[in-house]
Amino acid sequence: MTAISVRQLRKAYRGVEAVRGIDFAVEEGEVFGLLGPNGAGKTTTVEILEGYRERDGGDVDVLGHDPQRTGPAFRERIGVVLQQSELWPNLTVREIHRAFAGYYAQPRDVDEVIEIVGLGEKSGARVKTLSGGQKRRLDFGVALVGDPDLVFLDEPTTGFDPAARRSAWEMIRSLRALGKTIVLTTHYLDEAQQLADRVAVIRAGRIIRIGTPAELIGGSATAEIRYRSQGEETVIETETPTRVLAELTAKAVADGIELEGLEVRRPTLEDVYLELVEDEQPGD
Amino acid sequence: MRYFLHQLRLEQKVFWRNRESAIFIFIFPILLFLLLGSVYTGKIAVHGAGYKAASVLLTGMIGYGVANTAFSGIAIAVVIRREAGVLKRLRSTPLPPIAYLASVLASTLVVFVLQTVTLFAIGRLLFSTPLPALDQLVSLVFAVLLGVAAFAGMGLAAAALIRSSEGASAIVTVIVLPMAFLSGSFGSTRRYPAFLRVIGDVLPLKHFLDLLQWIFLAGDRFWQCPGAIAVVAAWGIVGAIVAVRYFGWEPRER
Repeated sequence: MTAISVRQLRKAYRGVEAVRGIDFAVEEGEVFGLLGPNGAGKTTTVEILEGYRERDGGDVDVLGHDPQRTGPAFRERIGVVLQQSELWPNLTVREIHRAFAGYYAQPRDVDEVIEIVGLGEKSGARVKTLSGGQKRRLDFGVALVGDPDLVFLDEPTTGFDPAARRSAWEMIRSLRALGKTIVLTTHYLDEAQQLADRVAVIRAGRIIRIGTPAELIGGSATAEIRYRSQGEETVIETETPTRVLAELTAKAVADGIELEGLEVRRPTLEDVYLELVEDEQPGD
Repeated sequence: MRYFLHQLRLEQKVFWRNRESAIFIFIFPILLFLLLGSVYTGKIAVHGAGYKAASVLLTGMIGYGVANTAFSGIAIAVVIRREAGVLKRLRSTPLPPIAYLASVLASTLVVFVLQTVTLFAIGRLLFSTPLPALDQLVSLVFAVLLGVAAFAGMGLAAAALIRSSEGASAIVTVIVLPMAFLSGSFGSTRRYPAFLRVIGDVLPLKHFLDLLQWIFLAGDRFWQCPGAIAVVAAWGIVGAIVAVRYFGWEPRER
């Protein structure tokens, strides 16, 4: 089943096109990542899907609803984690979960949700005493408490230290294990690579690549062989590194020379991504 | 209705848990009444007649209280929640906006009614001010409802116009304190220079105080004061129109 389908979506702010005709579909139970630099149009796209913004053109279907013409029935089924939000600082973790549970017809058990997001020991603590990472967990819990089918995470780990990021990732994996469909925006590659089943790379309001992380890397098959010989650096780009390397080393052994600093590199998703977002011009 | 009661309970919890709002908005008019009531003895002239000073101050503090709870309280709370992203977050839930708004207004009403009852009780116990008679009480209830509604409308308008949460309490204080002074919350305006009284005459609080004083001091009925009712209501309606026009759910800053 398709959870989200987007066709030729367009949105401009005061004449500046933030989203310029994008297409994608998200299947139920999938973790879909929108990856791109700041200002690429990720948040605009997600906020259109959430029902916050009206689009200028194109078709959008989210769980069988048009988000800009729908109401509570749609909101019963989505959970939202905004880029930034600070909930009532003087309430406790449990009180905030209870508050949100009251907005939904069939909420999950509040204590169970608090356990899922790892705030069990903090459930009686006031929000203002939580750390940044714990507040993020609270946002996740509040997004889960209505038992949504679809969860939107807008840059869920921006500004986190590495440990907090790891634990947020664990939490997102556990959401996935609950069978939720997840749409995630990020400008971190490793995050997309770690979490998403499929990734759309978005730049200047267009999707420039879409596929699994492996497909995105595999799309560029070249490897790079580097070495120094007699003080001179040589770089060979090849699609058949095994053969080139065998020939190169055989010759070096035969000539009795050592290839200094010999290395073979495969492109990482990061290389592919940087190549995409920096070099590829928008194809107007 | 289920949403409304749920959210009303939450609003009350949020209000009383926040020490700043509980002290500044709820306690402060009561504290002022204790101070001024101890300082002023004898009579204060209002509308050409002399009344017991504490009784006049009591109406002044109820007026100051409605400006504090409904105008300042709502403006500050709405701006802070908007800028923190709470309003935006709530909007993605099934909570109907109208239920949210109604619960904010009802919560304000609860706070203001408690404040007013406390003021009457303190007045009775410490300054021997009379308690309102039953027929006065009905008129006072109408006046309180009108006041909360009108000042809440203006509070929402202020919230829509204020851009940052840091500035919110400063801005509303700069509006409310001079307004209370010019309207006669802290004593008679009889000896004020003419130009200050002219300013006071167009302010909603002045007319709300008139209404309270005619009911509580002179023994009029609510509907015998159409002029004051009209001015207070007009301010409230203008506020509501501005609020509807400029209100936003999303943070302004950033």
